[in-house]
Amino acid sequence: MIPDDGRNDDGNELVVDGPTTFPVDRRDFIKLTATGLLVLFTVEPASALLETQPPQGGRQGYPTDFNAYLHIGADGRVTCLVGKIEMGQGAMTSLGQMLAEDLDVPTASVDMVMGDTDLCPWDGGTFGSMSTRAFGPVLRQAAAEARAVLLQLASERLQVPAERLAVKAGIVSDITNPKKTVTYAQLTEGRRIERHLERKPPVKPVKAFTVIGTSVPRRDALEKVTGKAKYAGDILPPGGALHARILRPPSHAATMTQVDTSAAEKIPGVRVVRDGDMIAVLHEHRDVADEALALVKAQFARNDPPVDDKTIFDHLVKTADAGRTVAEGGSLPEGERLVSEVIDQTYLDCYRAHAPIEPHSAVAAFENGKVTVWAGTQTPFPLKNQIMQALRLPAENVRVITPYVGGGFGGKSASRQAVEAARLATLTGKPIRVIWSREEEFFYDTFRPAAVVKIRSGINASKNIVLWDYKVYCAGERGAAHFYNIPNHRTVSAGGGGFGGGQSPHPFATGAWRAPGASSNVFARESQIDIMAAKAGVDPVEFRQKNLTDARMLRVLATAAKKFGWTPKAAPSGRGFGVACGIDAGTYVCEMAEVAVDRSTGHVQVKRVVCAQDMGVVVNPDGALQQIEGCITMGLGYTLSEEVHFKGGEVLDRNFDTYELPRFSWVPRIDAVLVDAPDIPAAGGGEPAIPPVGAVVANAIFDAVGARLYHMPMTPERVKQALART
Amino acid sequence: MRPVSFTLNGKPTRVTVDEKRVLLWVLRDQLGLTGTKFGCGQAVCGACTVLVDNEAVRSCITSIGDVQGKQVLTIEGLARDGRLHPIQDAFVTHAAFQCGYCTPGMILGAYAMLLKNPKARRADILKEMDGHLCRCGAHQRIVQAVETAAAAMKGSAR
Repeated sequence: MIPDDGRNDDGNELVVDGPTTFPVDRRDFIKLTATGLLVLFTVEPASALLETQPPQGGRQGYPTDFNAYLHIGADGRVTCLVGKIEMGQGAMTSLGQMLAEDLDVPTASVDMVMGDTDLCPWDGGTFGSMSTRAFGPVLRQAAAEARAVLLQLASERLQVPAERLAVKAGIVSDITNPKKTVTYAQLTEGRRIERHLERKPPVKPVKAFTVIGTSVPRRDALEKVTGKAKYAGDILPPGGALHARILRPPSHAATMTQVDTSAAEKIPGVRVVRDGDMIAVLHEHRDVADEALALVKAQFARNDPPVDDKTIFDHLVKTADAGRTVAEGGSLPEGERLVSEVIDQTYLDCYRAHAPIEPHSAVAAFENGKVTVWAGTQTPFPLKNQIMQALRLPAENVRVITPYVGGGFGGKSASRQAVEAARLATLTGKPIRVIWSREEEFFYDTFRPAAVVKIRSGINASKNIVLWDYKVYCAGERGAAHFYNIPNHRTVSAGGGGFGGGQSPHPFATGAWRAPGASSNVFARESQIDIMAAKAGVDPVEFRQKNLTDARMLRVLATAAKKFGWTPKAAPSGRGFGVACGIDAGTYVCEMAEVAVDRSTGHVQVKRVVCAQDMGVVVNPDGALQQIEGCITMGLGYTLSEEVHFKGGEVLDRNFDTYELPRFSWVPRIDAVLVDAPDIPAAGGGEPAIPPVGAVVANAIFDAVGARLYHMPMTPERVKQALART
Repeated sequence: MRPVSFTLNGKPTRVTVDEKRVLLWVLRDQLGLTGTKFGCGQAVCGACTVLVDNEAVRSCITSIGDVQGKQVLTIEGLARDGRLHPIQDAFVTHAAFQCGYCTPGMILGAYAMLLKNPKARRADILKEMDGHLCRCGAHQRIVQAVETAAAAMKGSAR
């Protein structure tokens, strides 16, 4: 079965002469607005759901009325409404599973509506591996309460005590007389459920799960393999939309001094809009708008900070505040007294781009005083507030709809493009399409911040770590604290985490990048642990075991070692084996890698990676494995090649020709193992496997050739330099 | 402006546009086929891949004039008679995608490769697909899906 949007299938010859846009009738438009997933409108007016929303603006929390999260149609289909978005991480599938579990309906009967600020309950955004661990309990609680109310209603309808009722697949039956049944649909007849419970019923215990813990296939598969999946840039509002290309400065902090748009305006159909500092070129066709923008002649006064990608590290250390102590114990002087060998080391990590293949995109339509914005965003509700403020519109006049998002990784928590589209749509009264060029994407990305980590640590004669003095600059606290048994230790985070606020030491915007800060921190910590193991002449896995008592960490370490076939040998063993551990979003991870290093070229080939992960209860095992594989593959980029080059406020990498993402030929065999942990609540899944990638590769390189790398990415040039030092 | 005539997903098609217009944007903006994605604009990511006379081309740097008289296949035309192509089937089975944005280009890139080399092995797949970028890191599953599809097709591309 193939989803059919009814277009391009009739008639034998498709003839489009001149500038024409496809007609979209009202019915199709409604389908498009919710990425074709919405069946709700056909059976229930949306207003029924609107009532359940809390007032917009200001501080918000999740609504307490379960009707905000679910609606049972008269046809028995269940609509699950969530403010989360689908950007590839699989929340569309796993959240549907959670609802189906606690409501006791088949997953196939659930339709998802995500990230629509008019229809869905408020949500702060899709980031931080929070959809399952933080929002999951809210959704499950709503489903459990709805189920309990439905059981009460069934009890009254069937005249059977509630304790004699059982539910399966949305059908309530009398356990003493299975022929006596009533369905959820019969009970609700498409109406919202007005009854609520004083005491919230418990969610299902793990042992009763039938849906959670199963690898339900992805809901988005069919649409994504047929090209039917709609992303923000694909949305066509009635009457079509004009592409907008916006004039950009050559560098951050530059201001425009002169502009001449006359040549651009000579192109037929082009309209130039100027509003304050914004100059936009509009045209029905993107490539014509591109051409017109290239004809705009502008001059800028630059105001570049005196830093570049080489001097930035000194700059960060010099400008950082004294920092905040994240963790400490014992006394550092006592540690200094106990050490037999001290290692002082500095680790460097550069700026990284999010580089989703879908650039920031949005379509905005302004009609009757209300702006509707289809945006590729991780944060539809905060974006709505941003648009309200930018355009001075009341809450009811701004709607953000989030179709499929073509990758986010933290980069689409910032949604400047959507504000631009909304602004231009209200200015011109025309629907506007803003799809950033790859150059704009690299310029306005909220880069993962460059960072410096300084560690002074040491072991005693028994090869126990007795001193750990750790200071991170500009990566932030996530992943900074260690989990080893170290009697005398201190962890300090200085310079913030690059999330904005206060004086930024960075020459451009920085922000959250998949497990923000953790990749810089784990690279430094797990490299330092390996350096100490090598100094002690102890196998790096044994050295970790010797200095750990955390049972969950020891378990993932043992699980990874078994899967990998690790045999103890002190590094450098020549085998090219590496190990690294981390805790992120409540999830414990151990990774092991095997690499080959070409000494003449400095090229590193990662041959295989094993990952053992304890993430508590797993909602969708195959979905979790997809995330682990994705983390490891994406992680190879920051580890081996990705680096944002810049001079002052000018970003020098503008496309994938110089900013190198991992490719097929790089990808190792990845074996991921989920550790069974049913007694631990579901923890994060989208990020935890990415932070250890840098360290596991660095440690494997050292094991292969005895050269230690302290600076990511570990480009062939840096590998050769490290080899020359040995 | 002269009409450009070509076959699009099996249907005779004519558009009257400047022949220098970019194929990607004519497909998306005028023919309503949004399955072909814009990723980089410089033919370095593969998201806009379509087939022209059975060759994979990057539609973001292809002029509409260049497809005059030719057969153009986009992702919308790969499934036929309500049935997914074996490559699409394999992508579903292996969950060989995450965000899905590079997927149409990936599938068409793999299709063009298998048309030329129906017995493509892993090394061929890695080499041929290396110019396609996926940021989510679905690579391992994509390779498995293409292998599965190649086996299912038993040497015939359809």
